Formats: sequence, structure tokens, C-alpha cells
Amino acid sequence: MSQLLLDVNDLTMRFGGLVAVNGVSLKVKDKQIVSVIGPNGAGKTTVFNCLSGFYIPTEGSVMLRSEQIAGLKDFQISRRGLVRTFQHVRLFSKMTVIENMLVAQHRHLNTNLLSGLFKTPNYRRREGEAMDRAAHWLEEVGLLEFANREAGNLSYGQQRRLEIARCMVTQPELLMLDEPAAGLNPNETKELDELIIKLRDVHDISILLIEHDMGLVMGISDHIYVIAQGTPLANGLPDEIKNNPDVIKAYLGEE
Amino acid sequence: MTHSKLYSAIFAAGITFVLACLMIGIKLDTDGTQLAIKGATTAQWFWILGGIAVVFFSQLFSRQIDGMFSHLPKPQLGKLIPAQAKSDAMKPWLIAGAIVILLVWPFMVSRGSVDLATLTLIYIMLGLGLNIVVGLAGLLDLGFVAFYAVGAYTYALLSLYFGFSFWICLPLSAALAALFGFILGFPVLRLRGDYLAIVTLGFGEIIRILLNNWTDVTGGPSGISGIAKPTLFGLEFTRKVKTEGATTFHSFFDISYSSSYKVIFLYMIAVLLVLFLIYLINRLIRMPIGRAWEALREDEIACRSLGLNRTAIKLSAFTIGASTAGFAGCFFAARQGFISPESFIFIESAIILAIVVLGGMGSQVGVILAAIIMTILPELAREFSEYRMLLFGLLMVVMMRWRPEGLLPMKRPQLELNKQ
Repeated sequence: MSQLLLDVNDLTMRFGGLVAVNGVSLKVKDKQIVSVIGPNGAGKTTVFNCLSGFYIPTEGSVMLRSEQIAGLKDFQISRRGLVRTFQHVRLFSKMTVIENMLVAQHRHLNTNLLSGLFKTPNYRRREGEAMDRAAHWLEEVGLLEFANREAGNLSYGQQRRLEIARCMVTQPELLMLDEPAAGLNPNETKELDELIIKLRDVHDISILLIEHDMGLVMGISDHIYVIAQGTPLANGLPDEIKNNPDVIKAYLGEE
Repeated sequence: MTHSKLYSAIFAAGITFVLACLMIGIKLDTDGTQLAIKGATTAQWFWILGGIAVVFFSQLFSRQIDGMFSHLPKPQLGKLIPAQAKSDAMKPWLIAGAIVILLVWPFMVSRGSVDLATLTLIYIMLGLGLNIVVGLAGLLDLGFVAFYAVGAYTYALLSLYFGFSFWICLPLSAALAALFGFILGFPVLRLRGDYLAIVTLGFGEIIRILLNNWTDVTGGPSGISGIAKPTLFGLEFTRKVKTEGATTFHSFFDISYSSSYKVIFLYMIAVLLVLFLIYLINRLIRMPIGRAWEALREDEIACRSLGLNRTAIKLSAFTIGASTAGFAGCFFAARQGFISPESFIFIESAIILAIVVLGGMGSQVGVILAAIIMTILPELAREFSEYRMLLFGLLMVVMMRWRPEGLLPMKRPQLELNKQ
């Protein structure tokens, strides 16, 4: 029996007179891959920004495990188990891969200044655990051999994977990926495809996905929401969306 | 060779002409009781024309000249340091050797050299502090000297009004400077880059102007003099006992009085403080807080999305950086025995920033090296005192042209992973 993880109701975001998102509702259950699609400028990323606390939504509720998170600060939301990636890769590019992974675990570490200065047993243990978790996730995404490289020197596909690993190491419940396949070649997209399915099936994570690569979206999604011009247009299973005349119209225009 | 090259060469030559005419070509002179404007001599005009020609042709052929210089090998300072694996094994020996040299050296050289070394150590402390704020956390701070001033005045005032000793004031100065860092941190939390730089610049000036005008307490422009020197477990380094019941250093050990004891003693304190700070900051960099500072410099938005509280991280960088300056300030006041707002002008902030940038942002060894160069070079160039600032500027231009990453760029720590 899969439980409701994220429940968004009537989410509205206004910038002055501009309504960027208008009454979007969506639900993500445990161990589900849910996609949000829509033409460029439809407001998909704005929805992400509202959910992750970068914007405070004008109206509507965002419930994570029946707890209201709309209005919380970004870092408080990510500490509750909702983390995201970005449309453009945002790594700490001058730091090494492993350091990227350790920064992500900041709140799991012993950040007390004195225990760090004197290397107390508790500090060492937590630091060791963080290293092990980091190594584990680097292995999962196939970056273990690059652990001591500068993140900025990795190839684009590797950077994308590192960004996902960096999110996973924070032990989230819901991972939000903003166009993870953008700029990847077909081969890398296929690897990403497999990685996302593995995250759901093996690691029991729910994923909320924004993507333009329809092959990827249709292949892995359990449920799809379509947004056009900030308003919800349709939602349903991949096959339903594929054949929905409104969706086709929004993407291709009318004849 | 394009037209734009020719235009830029003519433009540069024109600017040189205007500047040279104003600065060298025309002179104000006193003629009896009146001011008279005098032209330059023929020889000077000749030099001016020569200079203009040099500028014109170097602009015109700048690409060729750059091409010529690009064949020159760039200085590879990194190679001076042995490879990673070797240096790891040698590290404790190198550090021990350096400390021994630091402690023995002052007994073999002149008093002036020791004094200069002490000044260098003060700049090292300041550089290490600003390195946290600018080099690691990426927060451009142009008013760092304010915290230095807070530290210095804390000791001067506490010693003047309440007779507190140097050793008690040292942590108090650091704490008060940290408090000021914390207070400044709040309004600037949302600012970055240029905006932050302007606010901190203003803050530095506020502190200086406050010290200058609060005459009742700080003595205003005339400063505070006669600040007590540090003592060694109550032993004074003066010829005669200053406070009732105390003993002097030379009478306690029954040796004859020499003023160099005091200089060497101050130097030793500075060495201890610097070693303490290096150890402390070295630990901090490798701790979660240090990594968070760097992450904040790299990408603030990514930090927020990963659950890092940027408020806490920025404030901690400001606070710890400021307390280091407070430390240095307290020692400075004790060494000088006299402080006035004159010591805490903007150019000091600029020099400390230059130390951090020249050394290599975030790199501790680089900062130490740059601090040494920046304090010793002006002393060596004393004979060219008129051209000192000119050389100083030239050095920076050359450095930024050839090694924009600094003398010794920061090395990433390599971490050992337990393969599963």
C-alpha cells in the first residue's frame, strides 16, 4: 500500500500582476516517479521553486507527509527530506567530488566547533560515516574513481550524475530533478534513465521530474502532469497523456 | 594589424601625453611670494616624448610582444614544493625545522630585523583572518581594518582605564572584534560581491571616524600612548619597575638590562600567536564549517538546496575572521605602545586584501608568503622610497598578469576512501 508523500493543492504564484503558476495540484506517492511536462515557459520550474522553498507560494498548500511546508525556508524544507537539482548544473566546481558529497551531509555531521578542533570520538565517527555514505553513492553513480578530482573538471554527464549523488547522500524522501537529461547525449540519457529507475526500485525514493525528453518521460513515469501557461492542463498515465488532444494541441499548436 | 589597434595605440599615447604634461610638464613653483607656473626643461620634455613613443609602440605591437613573452616559461612555484607523497612524509620535519629556525633566528640578527619580523607576523595574522572571509567564504571585505582597530582599541582602553594586562585583553579583544564582525554580518547577509564590498568599506570608515571623533574616550586623532607592554608571568621588560611590587626581567634572572630582550620577547609572542592561528584555521578548513564556507563561495543556491543555513555560515565566517583581526590588533597595540586612528586607514585594508589575493585565495602558505613579501619588499626598497608605491603597483599588475591564481594557489585536500 503506497502512502501519499507529497500533496500539493491549488498552488498559485504571482509576481506582481503576472500569474506564473495558477492553481496547480499534484500528488506524489511513495516509490513513484511523477513527471511534470509542458511547453517552454509553462511554469514548471516555478512550481519546483515553490515546492523547494526558493519562492514562497502566494496561495495553496504543500503538504509533505501531511505536514505543511509552504512558507518554510529553503534549507528547512531540504532538511525535511525534499531536495532538488537544477536546470543548469550547480556543483561546487572548485572543490573535489568527495568534498561536494561531504558538504551535502553538513547537517548529519558534528558541526560543533570544539569537538571538531579536538577531534572527539563522536566527531571522527560521524565524519567516517559521512565518508562511507559518500563512497557508497559515488559507487552507485559510477564516479568513485574520480573522488579526488575537482568537480568542475568532470564531463557534463558526470557532473549531472554527481549532482544526483549529492542529493541522494542527504538521504531524501523525495528527489526533484529539473531537466536532468538536458545536454546529455543519447547514451548518457539511457544511463540516467536506468539510474532513476534504480533509485525508485532499489532505494525506495520518490522522484518528481521535469523533463523535455519525451522518450525518457514516457518510459519511466508512473504518472504525468501537464502544465501549460501556468495552469494544469491534464494528468494521467503516460499512455493517456500521449493521446490527449489538449496536450497535443498545447505542444504542437492548432491546425 | 587592424585599425582598432592603431586607434587604441593613439588613444593610449594621448592619455600618456595628457597625464605626463599635467604631472611632469607643468610645475607650480614659488616665485618670491607668488605662485608661478613653470614649464619643464628640455631634457624632461625629451623624456616625456620618449615615454609617449614607448606607450604608442607597445600598444601598436601588443600582440607581438605578448607572443614573445608567452614563450617565456611562467614561474612554476608549485614545483618548489615536493610532490604530494614525498611532502606528506617530510611535513612534520619541515614544520619542526621551520619552528626551530623561527625561535633561534632572532638571537642572531639585529634588533631592527626582529622588529620587522614582528610586523610581518602581524600582517600574517591579518592575512590569515581575511583569508577566511575573502579566500574561503568568498565575501569581499574592504573594511577588514575595522576589526583590527577594535582589537587594538580594546586593549588600549582596557589597559588605560582599568589596568587590564595584555594576557587578559588578548581573548577579550578577539571576542569584542568577533562581536563587531557578528553585528556587521547581519545587515550584509543578503549582499554579495560589489555591494558587500561597498558596505564593508563604509563600515571600516565608520569605525575609523568614530575613533577619531570620540575624543573623550579614545583621545581622538592624538590617539592613546603609553600602552602597557606584555609581561612574562609578571616580569616586566623595562629598565625600572613600572608597577608597584613587580620585578623586571633582567633583575629576576640577574643579567644586565638590554632593550633587545623586549623586542625578542614581543617577537616570540607573535610567533606563538601565529602558530596558534595557523593550527586553528588549518583545523577549521578541514572541518564541516570550513567546507561549508567554500561551498558558499562556490554556489550559494546549491548550498540552500542542500539544507545549509547560509545565515549561520556567513556569520561564522565574518565572526571568526574578525576575531583573528582582533587578536592581531591587541598585539599591535601592545607592540607599538601607541595607537591612533591613523594606523587604521583604508590603505591597510587594501594591503591585507592584496596579501590574500597575491598569496592565492584560500591558501594559507600563500598568504604567509605574500605577507612576508609585502612587508619586507617596501623595507628593502627604502632607497627608492619615492617610487615605493609605484613598484608596489607594478608588482601587482605583473602578478595578476602572470599568476592570477596567486603565488601558491590552494591545494585541494586529497581524502582517503575506504573502498567497499
